[in-house]
Amino acid sequence: MATDNDTDKSPTEADDLPVSRRSVFRSAAALAGAAVAGGVVGRYLGNSQPAAAPAGDDHKPPVQGAKSASAQAAEQVPGRIVKPASGPGERPIKLGFQAHRTGIGAGYGGWYERTTRAAVKVINEIGGIAGRPIELIVEDDGTDPKRGAEVVEKFATQHKVDFAFGTLFSHVVIGSAPRAGELKLPYLVVSEGYHVASGALNRYVFQPGLSDVRSQVTAISSWVMDNLGKKATIIFPDYAFGYNHRDFFGAAVAKLGGTIKALIPIPPTESSFTKYFPKIPSDTELLYHVMVGPGVLTFVREMGEYFGSKRPQIFGFIDSLEGVDMASPGLEFLEGTYFWEGLPRYAGEYPTRGHKFYREKLGLSDSGASVDDAKDVSNNSHMFGCWETLFIIKEIVEQSGYREATPRDREAFIETLENTRWFNEGIEHPQGHKMFIGKTHQSHSQQFISKVVDQKLKVVHRTSIEDSLYEPETDYTKRAL
Amino acid sequence: MSLGPHLFLALLEGTVTALVLALTALGLSLVFGVMRIVNIAHGEFFMLGAVLAWWFASLVSGWPVVGFLLALILGPLIVGGVAVAADWLILRRIDYDPESTIVATIGLLYIIQQVVLTLYGGDAKAVEAPIYFRVSFPWFGYSGYKLIVAGASALLLVTTWIAITRTEIGLQMRATQLDEEMAQAFGVPVRRVYAAVFALGAMLAAVAGVLVVPIQQAHYLMGGDPLLLSFIVVIIGGLGNLRGTLVAALIIGITDGIISVFFSPTLAKVLATLLVALVLVIRPGGLFGDEDS
Amino acid sequence: MRQRPSGKILALHAGIIVVLLVAQLFLPPYHHTNLARIMVFASFAVGYNVLMGYTGLLSLGHAMFFAAGVYGAGLTVFHLHFGAIEAFGAGVLSGLALATAIGLVALRTTGVSFLIVTLMFAQAAFLTTLHFNQITGGDQGLVISSELASLRIGSFEFSFADPAVKYNAALLLFAVSFAVSMALVYSPVGRVLIAIRENEARTRMLGYNTYKYKLLSMIISGAISGAAGAMYALLFSYVGSTFASIQYSIFPLLWTLVGGVGTLMGPILGTGLMFYVVDVSSGLTHSHLIVVGIVLVVLVLWFPRGIVGTVRERWFPWLP
Repeated sequence: MATDNDTDKSPTEADDLPVSRRSVFRSAAALAGAAVAGGVVGRYLGNSQPAAAPAGDDHKPPVQGAKSASAQAAEQVPGRIVKPASGPGERPIKLGFQAHRTGIGAGYGGWYERTTRAAVKVINEIGGIAGRPIELIVEDDGTDPKRGAEVVEKFATQHKVDFAFGTLFSHVVIGSAPRAGELKLPYLVVSEGYHVASGALNRYVFQPGLSDVRSQVTAISSWVMDNLGKKATIIFPDYAFGYNHRDFFGAAVAKLGGTIKALIPIPPTESSFTKYFPKIPSDTELLYHVMVGPGVLTFVREMGEYFGSKRPQIFGFIDSLEGVDMASPGLEFLEGTYFWEGLPRYAGEYPTRGHKFYREKLGLSDSGASVDDAKDVSNNSHMFGCWETLFIIKEIVEQSGYREATPRDREAFIETLENTRWFNEGIEHPQGHKMFIGKTHQSHSQQFISKVVDQKLKVVHRTSIEDSLYEPETDYTKRAL
Repeated sequence: MSLGPHLFLALLEGTVTALVLALTALGLSLVFGVMRIVNIAHGEFFMLGAVLAWWFASLVSGWPVVGFLLALILGPLIVGGVAVAADWLILRRIDYDPESTIVATIGLLYIIQQVVLTLYGGDAKAVEAPIYFRVSFPWFGYSGYKLIVAGASALLLVTTWIAITRTEIGLQMRATQLDEEMAQAFGVPVRRVYAAVFALGAMLAAVAGVLVVPIQQAHYLMGGDPLLLSFIVVIIGGLGNLRGTLVAALIIGITDGIISVFFSPTLAKVLATLLVALVLVIRPGGLFGDEDS
Repeated sequence: MRQRPSGKILALHAGIIVVLLVAQLFLPPYHHTNLARIMVFASFAVGYNVLMGYTGLLSLGHAMFFAAGVYGAGLTVFHLHFGAIEAFGAGVLSGLALATAIGLVALRTTGVSFLIVTLMFAQAAFLTTLHFNQITGGDQGLVISSELASLRIGSFEFSFADPAVKYNAALLLFAVSFAVSMALVYSPVGRVLIAIRENEARTRMLGYNTYKYKLLSMIISGAISGAAGAMYALLFSYVGSTFASIQYSIFPLLWTLVGGVGTLMGPILGTGLMFYVVDVSSGLTHSHLIVVGIVLVVLVLWFPRGIVGTVRERWFPWLP
């Protein structure tokens, strides 16, 4: 594939010859485009794909050549201050961070912002992006789709940022995306939703730093079915986020020869849950739950009160307890149940150099809380996406020769990103290797399954990247720029 | 589970919900009834109670009972203080004009929410129940603390009712409610009654918040639902009608529980909401109010 | 008795439209789009003001009419591939039809009961948009730009991605809503509505069927709100249940109260002011809600009748 060869070149070359590199790239991209149907698709779906991250402790990058030299330099000397390569007066790269500072997303938003600031600091210390420092501009979207669209406009037309990124809540992403497309502003979200990969958005919207809910559910389903039980009941919020889980896990269960005993939707405004538990059939072997919002802790606790010791196997998405101390009163009942994690909350469960470095820079304690306040528990299964997205912006800017917010440079950025296959585990990608699918604008990664032991989350299984793949439903690369 | 126990559980849940709701709504009903103003920030007083309960609990961590009792006594007092300040600084100066009060209390809502978000954070936080036990029915288990909350709410409702019907202050309140000018002519310090009612309303919401937090967790946006439900209860029950408020709360809490047994839950909420709206259309003064209110 | 607006009043209000028309030539891009959005939401507030300001009916459920417009336009584009004009028409009709249905029932109540009944219907509408997630996209919502063709009028083609098209479409909507509400205020019907606001019992004694007049007011209000919602969907490509949530019932109330209840210019001034209070303060501080809250309290203390209302009270009593 064109980009694999492309990325072999050193960043110095990219810095010195941005224009010629870009033209090299563009002709390569044109060739790649012509060969898309046969080459790229076949390679991704067929067996010739590079070995994905093995589930052992061996973290060799699957494609050695894809590792950029700057990334290697950074890994060798993490935190070393490298003087920007360019001359004085170099304009900073402006990044617009769309933050949930207020509204229902504020709990997540705080950690997203801290992660973002930590990553920006690290990147600026190691020489910035293509030698230029990052100037971070944060705007609050109030976790509201209308304000979200306004913030994207503000980034594009007032702050004149190079890229916008960092949005979490699905409705804000979907409300903002059309404006990002119209204003031709690359918009890199960290949202976990399936809305990017489903094809509902546009060419300018990407989700390279965090896997989507469909790939997460697809990845964990076979382990869960094999180890916890085949007669499943799903409890989910009665709106779109919940439906993703219902549909994708439901499909996986059917495919793997299990049965869905019951689907139990919980309405969005509910604050007490006990009355829904009698709907769980008594022959349920596996209870699959995913709840979000301020009521989640109540949900888990009431589930405990309801079942007592006679419970089925329980598997949940950590979204139910993201940001919640596992030792909170009422959670004793979760002992021995299982959770999906995007990135382990407890440091010892995934002790790679990249993850350690990331936690240190972020100020995370070993139990996943802020080092200053043990009660301030992080959203570690999601927020790494901000960190990784920033490094992806860095990598792609440097590879594409992007200089400024002109249509030509933005196209180069977008096409380079679309043609990138791997982001390799390291300080830039502490969660692990990412396989990026250009057609869907979505990354795939390993997932973690953890068991609650002594009120801590202990990783019991890591899925491979192949486990999370599904047939792309769209091809953004064919959409208009 | 068979239908019988399922209905029993729904009834149990409905009753607990209803009693807490009655307590919250009682505060709004008093303010609404006596002062004739719509306090949009009422739910925020409920939230403040819950957040203060968390704060007291973390102040004396390891002693959940002490923290809880502190919160139960001091929490409402602090919230009452906030309410008196709001009354003195804002409401009194706009002469309790109904429209201006709506804007002012929306402003107050934003201020309280932001202060809590800044100082306390955006996450939901749990508080340990002072007394915890699990009641085992033959078909399912149930939280003993919830039953205690229901009992405490009922006790507080009765106390408030006695205070209003049997005491001098209660008399002054009722007089003001009936006819403000006449009450003034008879020497009732109407302004002070207003301040007291506003504070009492806020304190009742705060107590409900403290009681509920071991069940529900404290979150800075938790005030929205109690506000909406309280409104509904107050109007259905009839303005300033305490008995009506209680009955309406029971009807709404229990209907919500029972309907959810038979319908898909979101549809159940739609139906319950429409049902309540139609009750109001048929009896605009509420179930127990005047026909032509 | 038909009153006519004086030349002074006509000139002032026509002047506002002219200023908005000319402003687009000078505004920097960011504020250009902001103003387009403000005009759409100001139209919503104008619709709200017809009911609250000139008829005296306080609704806390107007989000459902705005959302009816949003969905009426957005879903017909998304599922049925309507063109822009047909979709806009569908949005207005949805707002109008819903307002008629709700009005027929809810207007049996008055005062706070009316407030609560509208609130509850709106809550039911909000939950309905969630329940029919398959069609509406639920809380996440839908993007309609990929299904929305450019508008062709004669040999001209207008793309909704074009900022100038957004601005002038919003301006057209606002000018029409503004003119409708002005015409209403000065019409015999409008005088009856104001009479109802001042004293419904007396108006009834004078022989007017106040129920019919209130229903008419509700329908006009709902149709304008629906038009605003439809325009929002078309210009900003997004439909979602957020627009049916309680917040979007409080917004028009707030904008109208801030600008001045029962004044023609109040809605646009209130909407614009609140937009920029949020926009500027969220750029200056992490805690912008406090600023918004304080602004509201200050307005209430020193401008109790809203901006235009206070100006009218103190200096220009002739303002409509």
